[in-house]
Amino acid sequence: MFTLFSRLCTRASRRRVSPWALNNSQPLLGAHCWLFEGPHDGRSANVKVKSPHNRFHLIPRLSSIVPESCLLIVVGLLVGGLMKLVGEIPPVLESKIFFLYLLPPIILDAGYFLPIRQFTENLGTILMFAVVGTLWNAFFVGGLLYGVCQLEGHRLVTVDLLSCLLFGSIISAVDPVAVLAVFEEIHINELLHILVFGESLLNDAVTVVLYHLFEEYSSVGSITVMDVFLGIVCFLVVSLGGIVVGAIYGILAAFTSRFTSHTRVIEPLFVFVYSYMAYLSAEVFHLSGIMALIACGAVMRPYVEANISHKSHTTIKYFLKMWSSVSDTLIFIFLGVSTVAGPHEWNWTFVMATLIFCLVARVLGVVGLTFVINKFRIVKLTSKDQFIIAYGGLRGAIAFSLVYLLKTEHFPMRNMFLTAIITVIFFTVFVQGMTIRPLVDLLAVKKKQETKRSINEEIHTQFLDHLLTGIEDICGHYGHHHWKDKLNRFNKKYVKKCLIAGERSKEPQLIAFYHKMEMKQAIELVESGGGAKFPSALPSTVSMQNIQPKKPPQDRALPQLSKAREEEIRKILRTNLQRTRQRLRSYNRHTLVADPYEDGWNEILIKRKKMKELEKKMNNYLTVPAPPPDSPTIARARLASDPQAWGLKSVTESIPTIKVDLASPQSPESVNMVDEFGKKGSQSKASKEEEGGLTMKVPSPTNQRKDKTADEDNDKEPQQRLMRCLSDPGPTAEEEDEDEAFLP
Amino acid sequence: MGASQSGPVYMFQDLAQKTGFSIEQIKNLHNRFMYLTQDEDTLRRKHLENISNLALNPIRRQIIEAFFDKRNMGEKGKGCLQEIGFEEFVTVLSFFRPPKPRTADEDMKNIKKEKLRFLFNMHDTDNDGIITLDEYRRVVEELLSSYETIGAETAKAISDAAMLEVASVTVGQMGPDEFYEGITFEQFMQILKDVEIETKMNIHFWNLDTRTMQCGK
Repeated sequence: MFTLFSRLCTRASRRRVSPWALNNSQPLLGAHCWLFEGPHDGRSANVKVKSPHNRFHLIPRLSSIVPESCLLIVVGLLVGGLMKLVGEIPPVLESKIFFLYLLPPIILDAGYFLPIRQFTENLGTILMFAVVGTLWNAFFVGGLLYGVCQLEGHRLVTVDLLSCLLFGSIISAVDPVAVLAVFEEIHINELLHILVFGESLLNDAVTVVLYHLFEEYSSVGSITVMDVFLGIVCFLVVSLGGIVVGAIYGILAAFTSRFTSHTRVIEPLFVFVYSYMAYLSAEVFHLSGIMALIACGAVMRPYVEANISHKSHTTIKYFLKMWSSVSDTLIFIFLGVSTVAGPHEWNWTFVMATLIFCLVARVLGVVGLTFVINKFRIVKLTSKDQFIIAYGGLRGAIAFSLVYLLKTEHFPMRNMFLTAIITVIFFTVFVQGMTIRPLVDLLAVKKKQETKRSINEEIHTQFLDHLLTGIEDICGHYGHHHWKDKLNRFNKKYVKKCLIAGERSKEPQLIAFYHKMEMKQAIELVESGGGAKFPSALPSTVSMQNIQPKKPPQDRALPQLSKAREEEIRKILRTNLQRTRQRLRSYNRHTLVADPYEDGWNEILIKRKKMKELEKKMNNYLTVPAPPPDSPTIARARLASDPQAWGLKSVTESIPTIKVDLASPQSPESVNMVDEFGKKGSQSKASKEEEGGLTMKVPSPTNQRKDKTADEDNDKEPQQRLMRCLSDPGPTAEEEDEDEAFLP
Repeated sequence: MGASQSGPVYMFQDLAQKTGFSIEQIKNLHNRFMYLTQDEDTLRRKHLENISNLALNPIRRQIIEAFFDKRNMGEKGKGCLQEIGFEEFVTVLSFFRPPKPRTADEDMKNIKKEKLRFLFNMHDTDNDGIITLDEYRRVVEELLSSYETIGAETAKAISDAAMLEVASVTVGQMGPDEFYEGITFEQFMQILKDVEIETKMNIHFWNLDTRTMQCGK
């Protein structure tokens, strides 16, 4: 029996071709980026890719009725037909290319942007559907097909039980590529999306094990109970092993990204390389590569995103979308071409029986499982939900490739299988894919909410988490929240310290969210043209002064600074303002100290600040929403590299709101700066009263100033600069000295 | 513990009807109540503070207060109690009971409103019906209190931004001299209407059993 087990595992290498069989000249990363058509639709629900284009946008009516996957298959059919006409042999979707190059980008894209929260909340349901559902489908279809074959007689009676079961196991798995392609366009609510999509990802392990079990058994001929037991063990090994491999690589990637602050340019590469290595390693050890890839992406994402620069993040996002788009396109086109090319053997009974049994099995499986699952769920699945889940069980290219791998010697009926699978795929993709959108509208299934997440919701979500954990503790109940809380605490205490660089490791989620929101608002400001009017994000005239309680001004008294201290402060500020300009002389890769703020951003933030200043009255010294002051580490890091989300700084001094007024007449040394600032800025601020003492006005950005002067300092609140200067003497002399005038 | 089920069965049935729990769940909760109070009749704050797991929770103070808050007990009272009995204990916990599967939409709305009311009461510590900026700030500070490096300004900044958002969404247009008092309950409901409280603010009560409770401490 152990020989059986080992043979089982070695057979796994035939499914996904062992990567070591490749000649080493092939690049690891699938670098065949043929950008066929234009940009693809926004890939997953989570990534906000602006203005998605349809490839077939020239025929808008068509693309709203027919999902893209169908159109691509039709294109493939046409191409294949054309080639056959000409006399060429159309290329077939080789399994090697499929499994090594086309599939990983799609899965990585899915895994990296997987919504972890919904996924883990529904994990039990997803696992039930993926494991039990697929098993049920496989045995139901396989068994019934065998019955049909026996009954039918002359042609089909040679098909034995194991072949049928094998065929059943191949065809029963819901395909992630097809599901993604169709579900993306219909925008159903997140729960259903994650259920079907999660199922399609997790059933890979089941498919792998069943495929090899039956392939192995059909050559051996007989099965014992021991073999069944071994099969279960194999399943556990394959799935858990895949996840462990993926998690290890994910942690490695997170750890690596901690140290990449000096090599920002290649940060995205680490993400891609580690993920692909996770996939290949899992395949080498005959484990589930898809699960490894998902685990890798999901594990590394929170840590990597905390460490890498904003530009790297954008790069990763767009590269993943691009690669997965290309793969997606190629897969469907090849599917079409292979249909024309492949050897077919049509058998009405078999094909029709397959189709019917697949549909029936899916419906029965979903209904039955939901009945059981609803006993354990708080949010029950309604019959509408069940219908969508059953209807969304699309088959795709993975099934096709698996059948293609079968050898005709062992399976004389292989061509028939191929035909049947292609029929089922076409049926699900075309019929179900096309009709699901009107059905969703007809049944009034809840759609995805497009609302932005507000900070109130975030606060309350976190509050709820803690509240529910507390209640569970009071009840003495070790439930879902209890373990989640434990995991979070473990994560915060140990894991984050290892994997996240610098100050970010201590940043709570609320703060991170808040920073992200700030960034988004700043970007929106620049996109809305900035300058003239208040950003339309908040279409109201409510501003901070409406909210602040009216307190007498003496509560906000400025601390008294001695003259000497004032001078010191001004000197520090001046030198820092002059030094922190960074002109990128060359755009050499090696000297690409990533410019901390591009022009646009700098101006955005300045404009935004200005807007806020204009809103407030002078008495209001609160700066809200103020980006929190920098920590010295963060400030230094920012000077040397891309802007991080602004970190924290422990308030060591109690001068939170000092503003330094360079336009104050009391400071003769700052006369030259006064002029510059005064020239550009102060006119617009004439309305502001002078409090005397120290009040700094942020210079108004004009379009003539298209430089990067006083970048990092101007855009943030003055007190941060002050704080930074006071606690950290600022950038050292190694920074480029500015020879030019401070302002042009 | 099993022999000294002090409450007669019909008291449990009363409670079950009032709060919606099943008899089995009420029995389990009663056991837990007895365990927490060490077999006394009433629960005091210190009993809850003794729970070790709760000590790590950043908002434990507010959670404990919620149990002693008269507003959650169903009557119109305000203020706090010093000790509560089993009935009040179950009443507070009933806010976290998941809604029954075939609840009508109207009932769901009421359930949602009740749960939101519970949350609102947790924030509105001075019982004036409004969450002022200070109270909200305190909420944010407590949430962030488990992170030692947070300065006070960060909490202030976040709570200010949040208040600004609430005001913008609910009130819309305000002149520069008007003053926004705070978040009323209707506004609270409005800003949280997307969070689906009725499905999220629940815990499973079917899993309670005395053996778990022994190791729960």
